[in-house]
Amino acid sequence: MVFGRSERRRRSAPAEPVTLKILVAGGFGVGKTTLVGSVSEIRPLRTEERLTEAGRPVDDLDGVEGKSTTTVAMDFGRITVHEELVLYLFGTPGQDRFWFLWDELARGALGAVVLADTRRLADSFAAIDYFERRGLPFTVAVNCFDGAARYPAETVRDALNLDPGVPVMLCDARERESARDVLIAVVEHAMRHGAERREPALP
Amino acid sequence: MTDQDGPAGPGRGAARWFDDDAGRVVRPYAMTRGRTRTAAEGRLDLIAQVIAESRTEEPIADQTLSPEHVDIVGLCRHSPLSVAELAAELDLPVGVLRVLIGDLLDAELVRVSRPVPPAELPAEQVLREVIDGLRTL
Repeated sequence: MVFGRSERRRRSAPAEPVTLKILVAGGFGVGKTTLVGSVSEIRPLRTEERLTEAGRPVDDLDGVEGKSTTTVAMDFGRITVHEELVLYLFGTPGQDRFWFLWDELARGALGAVVLADTRRLADSFAAIDYFERRGLPFTVAVNCFDGAARYPAETVRDALNLDPGVPVMLCDARERESARDVLIAVVEHAMRHGAERREPALP
Repeated sequence: MTDQDGPAGPGRGAARWFDDDAGRVVRPYAMTRGRTRTAAEGRLDLIAQVIAESRTEEPIADQTLSPEHVDIVGLCRHSPLSVAELAAELDLPVGVLRVLIGDLLDAELVRVSRPVPPAELPAEQVLREVIDGLRTL
């Protein structure tokens, strides 16, 4: 009977789109908000404020000295695929002390990308470990910063001790096309992951 | 990349706070009358879509509703908005927004789309549509 009411009202109201979300994870200052901003149709929004001076004793800024603020909550962007299908991108909080937000973000997510910086690879361990434990399909994208040494994807895979099935790619989070390709890789990986999960259920 | 990542503006270090720097006049806790949870919690995922039940601009007569309640209804009157977008738009913590949306659900002023259950993967066809859509970006 609950459905009866909403069906009746549907005629006067626009249908709600199907919504999906992809997470953008990685260490502090690795370019998560930049990547979201490169592909989002809206300026990245955030629901809570940022840390400035207050975060200084806690946040490790080695290698990212140019950055003076950090995200406390999550930044997100939106891509309207069409009227009935909307993709949201959520940047995860950059610091380990905001783990409690991750569970909420990961719930129902299609997949994730872990952004990595070759100068601070260890910063991506926490995110990789989290998605592995949760069984959420993820890819790794190395954000190629100006001035940072370039390494082949396979070298990064070995250094991160990744499962052979996890796609690793190089990207430039500032470039729309590059960021787009990162997202396509996540969805394709999620699709393969889903197909593998469905397979054993077949008679 | 944008101003939000830039250096803090002048005067931020000043000992006295003015306007926005001083925070909200009404604390979020007061806005929800002390409540931190709502029965609708499980349906109010960050990407759940909220839409007003009525398209008409008639004023809301319910005297128990706060200005924030009315703002939420106004924002999702013509097209659905996600919980995350509403929180950002109204500059309210997501927890507070959930409680307020819960009130609006009870008052039958808004409805919420049913999100894809976490254990269920979207259909392959939907994922193909997403990939095709991304390719056109």
